[in-house]
Parts: sequence; C-alpha cells; structure tokens
Amino acid sequence: MDIFLQSLVSGLLIGGLYAIIGIGMTLIMGVLKIINLAHGQILMVAMYITWVLWNFLGIDPYLSIFITIPLVFVFAEGLSKYLLHPLIEKDSILPENQVLMTVGIGMVLVELARSIFTSDYRSIQTSYTEKSLYIGKISLSFPLVIAFIIAIFLTIGLFYLLSKTDLGRSIRATSQDKFSATLMGISAGKITILTYGLGSALDAAAGSLLLPVYYLYPDVGPLFTVKAFVITILGGLGSTVGAIAGGLVLGIAETFGATYISSGYRDATGLVIFLIVLVFFPGGLKRFTKV
Amino acid sequence: MFKVEKVNMSYGDLQVLWDVSFHVNEGEIVVLVGANGAGKSSVLKTISGLQQVSSGLIEYNGEDITKTDPAQIIKKGIVHVPEARRLFNEMTVEENLIMGSLHGEAKIKRKETMEKCYDLFPRLLERRKQAAGTLSGGEQQMVAVARGIMSLPKLLMLDEPSLGLAPVLVQDIFDIIKGIRKQGITVLLVEQNVQTTLRFCDRAYVLENGKITLDGTGKELLNNEHVREAYLGI
Ligand SMILES: Nc1ncnc2c1ncn2[C@@H]1O[C@H](COP(=O)(O)OP(=O)(O)OP(=O)(O)O)[C@@H](O)[C@H]1O
Ligand SMILES: [Mg+2]
Repeated sequence: MDIFLQSLVSGLLIGGLYAIIGIGMTLIMGVLKIINLAHGQILMVAMYITWVLWNFLGIDPYLSIFITIPLVFVFAEGLSKYLLHPLIEKDSILPENQVLMTVGIGMVLVELARSIFTSDYRSIQTSYTEKSLYIGKISLSFPLVIAFIIAIFLTIGLFYLLSKTDLGRSIRATSQDKFSATLMGISAGKITILTYGLGSALDAAAGSLLLPVYYLYPDVGPLFTVKAFVITILGGLGSTVGAIAGGLVLGIAETFGATYISSGYRDATGLVIFLIVLVFFPGGLKRFTKV
Repeated sequence: MFKVEKVNMSYGDLQVLWDVSFHVNEGEIVVLVGANGAGKSSVLKTISGLQQVSSGLIEYNGEDITKTDPAQIIKKGIVHVPEARRLFNEMTVEENLIMGSLHGEAKIKRKETMEKCYDLFPRLLERRKQAAGTLSGGEQQMVAVARGIMSLPKLLMLDEPSLGLAPVLVQDIFDIIKGIRKQGITVLLVEQNVQTTLRFCDRAYVLENGKITLDGTGKELLNNEHVREAYLGI
C-alpha cells in the first residue's frame, strides 16, 4: 500500500510538469491547427539554457525560469514568424507542411545542441537535489514538490490570461473561428505568432523545472515531443483542461510502470497507456473532463 | 455618408463583383437583395476588409477606406455581423459580447453597452453564462446582433439576420433593426426575405450575378415587374 501511494504521489508530481508541457502543445494546436513536433526540442533548449545558467553563473534553476521563459518566448516567436507563418500565408501550402517544418526545426535544434554540448548526459547538483519531505511514510522529492507548486501557479496564471483578459479571449476566439475573430478586429497573424511563443514559454518553464530531477542530453528533445504528443492525445486534442488530465495520467502511468515493472519501462508504460486510450477511448480523456 | 464605387472583386481567378456601386445615407436602412450566390455576402466582406478589391473605391464620411484592414474598419464604426452568425461557440454569451468590444471607444464603454444589449435582448441576460454554441438558432442570432452592437457601430451591416428563424422571430429581428436605426445607427442589410424587407427599408438595391441591376425605394421595387417576378413569385 505504501509503495502504491508513494508511486501515485510521485507520479502526480511529475504529472504536474507534464501538464504544463501538454497545455503549451494544446494552445499551439488550437490556434495554429498543427501538431508542434518541435515541442520537446524547445523544452530541451530551455533545459540547456538552465544548465548553462547554473553551471557558469550559479543561477538557481527555479529562479532561471524568469530568464528561460522570456528568452524561449522570443526565440519561439521568431521561429513562428519567420519559419512557420510564411507557410500559412501561401494558400497552396498545406498545413502538413507546417508540421514538417516543426520536424525540421526539431532536428536542427537537436543537432545544434549535440554540436555545442556533445551527447554527454548532464545533470545538476543543487543543495536541495537530494532533499525529501515526508508525509507519514511517503517521501516527496523536494525539487519535484517545488516544481509542482510552480507549475500550478503557471497554470493558474495561464487560465487567468485565457479567460479574463482580452488578449487571452482573442487567442481562444482565433482558435474557434479565425474568420469571425478577424471581423472582431483581431489580427489572426499576430495572435498565431504570439500563441506559438506562449505555448513554447510554458514548455520552457517545464524544462527549467525538470532539470534538477532529470538527465539532460540532446535526445531528451524527441523523447519529450513524444510525451507531449501523448499528453495531448490523452487530453482529447485541443482541450487545455484535458491536457492537465493527460499530463497527470501519463505521469502516474510512468511511475507505476517504473515501480511495478521495471524502471527501464518508465517511458514504455506511457506509450502502452497511449495505445490503450487510442483503442478504447479514441476521443481521449475529454469524455471525462467535458471541457 | 457611405459609398461604394465601381468595385470589382475576385476570389483568385473567379470574379464575383462587377462594377458594383451604391451608397447609404446617414440614418437610412438600405437593403441588398439577390439570389443565392449573387455576391451579397461578398459585398459586405469587401467593405469590412476581409477581401481586397481589384479595382474601385469605398468611401466613408469622405475618407477612402478601400484598402483599410478589418481592425481599422471596425474602429471607424463599420461593423459586419456575418452570415450564419459565426459566434465563438465554446465561449459564453457574455464573452461573445465582449469580443465585439476589443477596440477604442467600444472597449471603454463595454459595461454600459452590454447593459444596453441585455435591455434589448433580456433573454441573453438569462443565458449570459451559457456557451453560445448551445443556444437555439434564434438566441444565437440575438447574440450575433448584440455582438455587433457592442462594437458601437455607426454603420451596421447585417448579413441575413433572419436566416433560419421562424416567422414570428423574423418579425422580432426586423423590429429590433428598426429600434437600432432609431438610435441613430445606419443599417445596411442583406436579405432573402424580400417582401418583408422591401416593405420596411428606405431604399434597396438588387444584385444579380455580381452586378447591381436595379435600385429604388422599397415601394418602387415592390411594384417593379422584374422584382415581382423574380423575387416575389407573383
Ligand atoms: N471564399 C470564397 N472562395 C471562392 N469563391 C467564393 C468564396 N466565397 C464566395 N464565393 C463565390 O462567390 C459567389 C458569391 O458568393 P456570396 O457568398 O457573396 O453570395 P451571396 O449572395 O451572399 O449568396 P447567399 O444568398 O447564398 O448567401 C458565389 O458564386 C460563391 O461560390
Ligand atoms: Mg450570403
């Protein structure tokens, strides 16, 4: 029982980070109507930035979100403005081409990271990396708890933005009906570019928060793209609340897989869950969240 | 106040508007009637900047607005309530209304205008937290018109507001349009409900295959041989 609860709680904590990765992906999907196959690679970029900041400047990984978020936001806006957006403007080019572009961006980022940082595994050792908190017999990894709390604040902030501000409403409006949004005086182009930046910024936050508890190497990128994809499908494609559910489910599934099968099967369990959901609940978990 | 002069417009290679000219005076209700595919909606889309003219001039209060983009058009008070409502289905009624007031003056007066809308459509007040996509067709139309009003229009362009409504509701919508005009808003209306509209409008234009073929007061057109035959089936 203790092991069960322990896995559940650990899964939930990592799931909180997966949730913000999934929300970022979902936002991009909603507005750009594409699956962002560079999502994990952007997270990897944020992890490397965080690593450099810690290693060379001694900046705490949690504080570094104040640097990675704006930096990645601007970087992703650039990608979107100069690489993705020009493809939308041409009517003759199919949305698939934008997806292919994200694949290309992803590959370039991975190889750039490899050439700058090599393929070595990196991790960071902070004073609190090994610390744990205890609730009864359950131990909680201190860095994960902090990360989870920050993830909750980011999620609340994002939901506030989306539901209570004109900018957020314009993003939702654009994802629901671009034509109508344009009639309301919203510049669909600007919103599209901005949304790619915003989705990537969330992703970047997750990257910084993950670094204290995760290994970093260039191929973390593709790995997390797959995870983000799984979370979004679990969440029912395009639902932000669904993405939260998807993130938590994936986090818990992975942890159970690691505990009860073998720690080598952590990532594989996630994929098995993914297949089960695809076969039995093709609409994802949206059915249960209704949002 | 508002005038369109010799406007030509194409979707790609397909030209759908040919030398379209008409004008709307301040305080008037002017209708554009025509068969399906005549180009009525295209006229409105061209005015609101969603489509670019290939040639011609659109002028508003003496200012050339031919190449102005949609965000600027709406700020000038030209507001387009599109065909088939086009609400933001997953947003609440209230949020849909807010979307009408993103800019300038409309944004400042958001609360005040919203209250006016609820006075005009008490039903929407009851449903203000409901997702727009789950409203009945008539209620959705009310939201579409109210969202237009939220933009503080000086010229309100309505594209088939009576589409798909029961006759009683159609009458309601027309009464509301009259009410809107009483508040000093000029109305450019696109309609298929030819008989009812011609009876209550000030002037009308007939659009056929992208060309204006007839114009006159509502009464004149109601008595016109061609209109009676082609649109009223008499
Ligand atoms: N986005 C578009 N791309 C290509 N052709 C279009 C487009 N929109 C409209 N058309 C064509 O332009 C012509 C005029 O269309 P429009 O929608 O203006 O007609 P309408 O008079 O509003 O008709 P209805 O009464 O059915 O609404 C039609 O032949 C239509 O097929
Ligand atoms: Mg039409």
